[in-house]
Amino acid sequence: MTDLLDRRLLFVTGKGGVGKSTAAAALALLSATRGRRTLACEVDAKGDLADFYETSRPGFEPQKVASNLWHMAMDTEASLREYLHLQLRIPAISRLGPLARVFDFVSTAAPGVREILTVGKIGWEVRERHYDLVVVDAPATGHIVGQLTAPQAINDLVRVGQVREQTGWLADLLADPAATGLVVVTTPEEMPVNETIELVHKVRHETRIDVAAVVVNRVLPELFSGADEEIFERLSEPALSDRLADAVHGPVAPVLEAARLAVTLRRTRAGHLDHLRSALDAGVPLLYVPYLFTRGHGLRTTGKVAEALSAELGY
Amino acid sequence: MTLSLEQLLAAKEVAICCGAGGVGKTTTAAAAAAMAAVSLGGKVLVLTVDPARRLADALGMEELGNTEVRVPDSVMKAAGVAPRGELWAAMLDAKQSWDELVRRHAPNQATVERILENPLYLNITGRFAAGNEYIAMERLYEIHRTGVYDLIVVDTPPTRHALDFLEAPDRMAEFFSSRLLRWLTAPSRSKMLTLASRPFYQVADRVLGSQFLQDIAEFFLLFQTMYDGFVERSNAVKRLIHGRRTTFVVVTSLEATPLREAEFFMEALGRMGLHPGALVLNKVLPSYLLDPAAGRVAERLRSDGPALAAEVGPEAGAPPAVTRVLREVGESFLNFGVVAKREAEQRAELAYRPDVIVAVPFFETDIYDLAGLLRHGTALWAG
Repeated sequence: MTDLLDRRLLFVTGKGGVGKSTAAAALALLSATRGRRTLACEVDAKGDLADFYETSRPGFEPQKVASNLWHMAMDTEASLREYLHLQLRIPAISRLGPLARVFDFVSTAAPGVREILTVGKIGWEVRERHYDLVVVDAPATGHIVGQLTAPQAINDLVRVGQVREQTGWLADLLADPAATGLVVVTTPEEMPVNETIELVHKVRHETRIDVAAVVVNRVLPELFSGADEEIFERLSEPALSDRLADAVHGPVAPVLEAARLAVTLRRTRAGHLDHLRSALDAGVPLLYVPYLFTRGHGLRTTGKVAEALSAELGY
Repeated sequence: MTLSLEQLLAAKEVAICCGAGGVGKTTTAAAAAAMAAVSLGGKVLVLTVDPARRLADALGMEELGNTEVRVPDSVMKAAGVAPRGELWAAMLDAKQSWDELVRRHAPNQATVERILENPLYLNITGRFAAGNEYIAMERLYEIHRTGVYDLIVVDTPPTRHALDFLEAPDRMAEFFSSRLLRWLTAPSRSKMLTLASRPFYQVADRVLGSQFLQDIAEFFLLFQTMYDGFVERSNAVKRLIHGRRTTFVVVTSLEATPLREAEFFMEALGRMGLHPGALVLNKVLPSYLLDPAAGRVAERLRSDGPALAAEVGPEAGAPPAVTRVLREVGESFLNFGVVAKREAEQRAELAYRPDVIVAVPFFETDIYDLAGLLRHGTALWAG
């Protein structure tokens, strides 16, 4: 099997709130630090990647953020302009009148046009080998299959024309597991785990893309081993907790309460993690990223996630 | 003036829950609806777009569908409540709702059938989620118009851009009255003669092929027969969401990204003349984590383990093991304390403050039944 970061195109998806963009930013950063020219491409245009790299918001033109690392924000209209210019050699785009309106119309009329312009631009960057790896901060789980099946959908709808000729190589690129992979990000919570299992199933049945890895984000540390937990229980009983409170001259109850919360949380989450492991077959590697106990953004957090991923990948 | 969520919802007919993905929107919508049915009375409907089986389970139902179903009394009783009103639930089925819309507005049966079989129509309503934003609001309007429910709580679709569904009625109306649409659906004879449109047609023909253009044209020709009904409907939907009986409940966690989105959303609602009634801060960590005295205790547990283990005595266990446990306990408190502190800062920095701000604590266990939902709801109600 091809090593995750030796592929050339990675789509990173996940349910809202699980840290999809953080993981995408971290994977791209890790790839760049390992010496590969890497492009991080943001599809949702929310500006999250800029936060994770602490840079200004990127545009359609890739912008260098670090050694070997560039980032860009997808803009389907700019992508169409580039496509018409490069592929069809249509220079007098202005004659089309207000392109925005035409584009808006066509993309509403023909479903999948927005998606194909996104995937098409990304695929083109990969095919032209402008970068060694393109990491896509892709749409959330609800939209990703529509995005990945766009070339096929267009093929089904458009029977002739240049678009038809050009969706073929794109579909092949996406289906090649040595080149392309999907990374699903989740947290060990009920809904994200269920969505991940459903998505992996759906991707395997409805697309030809390879599920390259599942990143489990915010994994809580185990507080106590079994024997230590018994000690904790004894310490929580009034007799001993009073003695402890006397020794430290302060409120012990909230501190013990917080530990209990941490234990319960970890236990609830371990169940979801077991469910995830048993639902996915051994072919899908799971990469664990610990809970970072900060709620900050920024390069430091991205770096920490990249470090955790690096360790998980055995680098 | 500070209101509770209970007071706010008592005065409204429609509450639209919105926010970033993963913040607990569906749970909040269902919990608010359940509380309203229990304490306010009347017929309360929760309309969800999320195919959350867990929610169906929690409400004691096999599955939720496009048609509203009543949560059985037995489920209410099992949760230990005797509600004053009735709780109903439905899940939006986008495809089915589109089909119903077509049946309602198409001039005749033949057109209905041609639209329903058109490949483009199937693609729009089946494969791509873009149409869901509009249809969710349309379905809300349809249910509200029947006048059956005293309160409808809506859980909005997970959109890429939270405002999409609010602008959907406008976009839909605009789209159907666009000049381009009229051009495309005009007889081909006059189409070829329209000089201004030739470059567009040439490019489109080269890129997409004329067969596809014809498919599009046929689709819109069919859809245009529904034009008047559609535009009228879009406007009615718009009136409903702008109405005085409609409020918005923005749900967020205190993490930076969803909170930023929530603030943006509240501000945009105000700008659009909509009513941002409440902000729900979900999954808030317990406030005892912020207690400085407890923080000092945690520091001592972490650093002073051996001495403390000796003072507690051997009943607790072997001193090295007790030291280890005390260190872990202190460490864990301080770790979660960092997160709680960050949350408190985010909360203090909130720029936009609606009438109702509710903080719902972090529940460490998942919700499996109506009792769990009501526990969540009680916190929501109490604020």
